[in-house]
Amino acid sequence: MSETREPITGIEVPINLQFKFTAGKALTRFLTSIREGRIVGQRCPGCNNVYVPPRGMCAACGIPTEEEVSVSDEGVIESFTVVHIPIPGNPIKPPFVAANILLDGTDMACLHRVSEVDNAKVHVGMRVKARWKPREEWDYTFENIAWFRPVEGS
Amino acid sequence: MREAAIIGYTQSAQRRYAGAANESELIMPVVREVMQSVGVSQKDIDFTCSGSCDYFQGAAFAFVEGLNAVATAPPIRESHVEMDAAWALYECLLKIWSGEADLCLVYGFSKSSPGELRSVLTLQLDPYYQVPLWPDAISLAALQARAMLDAGIISERDMAEVVARSRRAALANPKAQLSGESSVEELLAQPGFVSPLRRHDCAPITDGASALLVASAETARRLCARPAWIRGIDHRMETGMLGARDLTRSPSARYAGARAGVSAGAVDVAELHAPFSHQEIILRRELGLADGVSINPSGGALAGNVMMAAGLDRFGHVATRIMQGEAGRGVAHATSGACLQQNLVAVLEA
Amino acid sequence: MGNRVAVVGIGQTKHKSKHKDVSIAGLVRQAAERALEDAGCTWKDIDALILGKAPDMFEGVVMPELYLTDALGGNGKPVLRVHTAGSVGGSTAVVAANYVQSGAFRRVLTVSFEKQSESNATWALSPRMPFVPHVNAGAGGFFAPYMRLYMERYGVPAHIGCMVAVKDRLNALKNPYAHLQIPDISLEMVQQSPMLWEPIRFLESCPSSDGACALVLADEQHAARSPNPPAWILGTSTRADGSMYAGKDNIHPASLIACAKDVYSKAGITDPRRQIDVAELYVPFSWYEPMYLETLGLCGEGEGWKLVESGVTALDGDVPINASGGVLSSNPIGASGMLRFGEAALQVRGMAGAHQVEGARLAIGHAFGGAHSYYAMWAVSADKP
Repeated sequence: MSETREPITGIEVPINLQFKFTAGKALTRFLTSIREGRIVGQRCPGCNNVYVPPRGMCAACGIPTEEEVSVSDEGVIESFTVVHIPIPGNPIKPPFVAANILLDGTDMACLHRVSEVDNAKVHVGMRVKARWKPREEWDYTFENIAWFRPVEGS
Repeated sequence: MREAAIIGYTQSAQRRYAGAANESELIMPVVREVMQSVGVSQKDIDFTCSGSCDYFQGAAFAFVEGLNAVATAPPIRESHVEMDAAWALYECLLKIWSGEADLCLVYGFSKSSPGELRSVLTLQLDPYYQVPLWPDAISLAALQARAMLDAGIISERDMAEVVARSRRAALANPKAQLSGESSVEELLAQPGFVSPLRRHDCAPITDGASALLVASAETARRLCARPAWIRGIDHRMETGMLGARDLTRSPSARYAGARAGVSAGAVDVAELHAPFSHQEIILRRELGLADGVSINPSGGALAGNVMMAAGLDRFGHVATRIMQGEAGRGVAHATSGACLQQNLVAVLEA
Repeated sequence: MGNRVAVVGIGQTKHKSKHKDVSIAGLVRQAAERALEDAGCTWKDIDALILGKAPDMFEGVVMPELYLTDALGGNGKPVLRVHTAGSVGGSTAVVAANYVQSGAFRRVLTVSFEKQSESNATWALSPRMPFVPHVNAGAGGFFAPYMRLYMERYGVPAHIGCMVAVKDRLNALKNPYAHLQIPDISLEMVQQSPMLWEPIRFLESCPSSDGACALVLADEQHAARSPNPPAWILGTSTRADGSMYAGKDNIHPASLIACAKDVYSKAGITDPRRQIDVAELYVPFSWYEPMYLETLGLCGEGEGWKLVESGVTALDGDVPINASGGVLSSNPIGASGMLRFGEAALQVRGMAGAHQVEGARLAIGHAFGGAHSYYAMWAVSADKP
């Protein structure tokens, strides 16, 4: 037992757990609608604000939101960042624009990508419109919208 | 130290699978209901504290979503324990004792249905020496039950009696997940699951949420005709190395019970957080509960076990009986970890 | 507000990318032993243990207090585990203070840690949800648009963030525990470091570190007996709001404004710029420093960047911010908030060593978590309240 060995500084313990996430009632409605190419939000009965994607509640008022509101796929860039590093497991090539977009008829920006424009020309206040993927690729995901693109003349 | 009392409690229906409802959608109704029950709103709450565990939902920061269920504009004074919400209640008591709050909201929640609960709980163990062996939560409890059987402390019949009584009591609890009349013989005739445990010896997997209000003396008297006063409370931890413990005993529960003052008077009702039938027997012994004490009239964890809320539920059920005038003095208990590693005991009085 | 409470012991580990020399238990024990030594007490003098930690998924250990109790002397004692996102180190210290304030506990140990190298934290933070487009690479991508808004709204020049990055790394050179030690740090080096999420450059971002922090808090009687000077806690506060709601101000968050107001009122701070000698603020991206200066009332709206530019927040300025090097130099997430609280206490105890701010009597510790939604603060003083 006198031989000296390198100390053990780590072992690998693979953890493989499976989870089935639940979107929630409100998001289920949102995902069902976006599969049909429509964006559906919810209005808070307390503060009257419209949320997309809807979460079934307003975090400001702490009350359920039930009234459904169809909203436009056009809006304005509230702010944005140009991402220069790749996202693990995502094919988007950097640099690309990730933006908080306030859709017309909503009161809180949602996050999405902006493309079909020189990144240097993207600006706060720019009007953008959804570029939907081909209908046959639609699924239960916000990524049915490939990205947002500038509206002509904006 | 300032006095404090529980003045309201609400529990969601306990279900194996809460369906499409997400965690916030589970929490919101119970939070609203408990506040309505005493006629307050979020603006009256000085401090809000919740208990939940990210891993059950499979998402880091999952409790942040939970906060969407309460009104947070203007911002609230808030904290969260990655523990059973009974310890969130304890954090609220610290705030009340130190004069920082008078009215506190506690909620606990989990959806255990999306994941693999038995394996998730394995990750509570020492990550280098125990986890690589992947002992699951039920196997660990089975080791404990086996130790008790071999020591002659209990029989399988004793375990079945706990189950029969719990399921029968749950018939009176509309929120319970499992209830019914079964004879001890019928239960003993059931096949083994993880020997020596049968399925009914183990708490079910449950989705749900609970909310509770706790207040300082003046506020409690103002809002509640018959508050459930917290006369004593204490919690204690034991080693995480199972091999270093006598699994047939729970010195932490015994010590916490003594510090909480369980033996200072007659106990009408005790709600014990025992996710496995044999653990109720350990707890009864360690807390020195007499034969006549009504144990788990709600059905206990064996009738519905919302992880991270089941301990708080024990407080809620004892408090409800006191508030409704059905009991004068009760004991509430919560546990955490494998084989009753950590225990919290309180004495509630009218 | 309850019984008096003081910080009498502070311990931390060296912060670095990978602590291969110790297990998770070894890491937290190192910090705890140093805190006990500072406090001149032993494990049996401790009445309760309060553990703080950001997501369990960062190490893959669920509710780690159950495993760490052996290493932290928790057996037979009350043990509580707090988790309030990135602010957890701060909010855990607040809970620990409440233990002593309640009058039921004399001396408590509070510990926080992160050992991200033991798991895959990027995985832990990136579950793909169908309702959120997968367009953000890390936390910086979420926060960067708000920094752009701040810059555009107040006409802030781009070099301000770089100046903060340089200042904190210069301070880190005076702190032997700090993770990043960049002796030749300069404005040019930061400006030439790769852009990650505009306007955030690589050197304007925090590292990810393994590390731990521990504090011993004591009541008045035991503080009087402690071998080193106590830091008296004048006031603590936490505030939270929902991550996302219509009208939320992400530049000057309402929850931080409320948190600061509460602490100032408890601590008798009416003129923060004049009264606060040094502040340790949770700045994971350099741009938060000027934004916080405004939100914390150290200057007017839109004026924070001018304080940075004129050197007010440097170690020799009149309100030094993050004399320790801050989160930009060491970021063991779960411990980062407690390090801010502990470093603030070190300053008023006069025990900060090479990064000591001369004559510091009143200091602020601050922690931040979530989407500008979780804040914790305390004010500590050399003078007994």
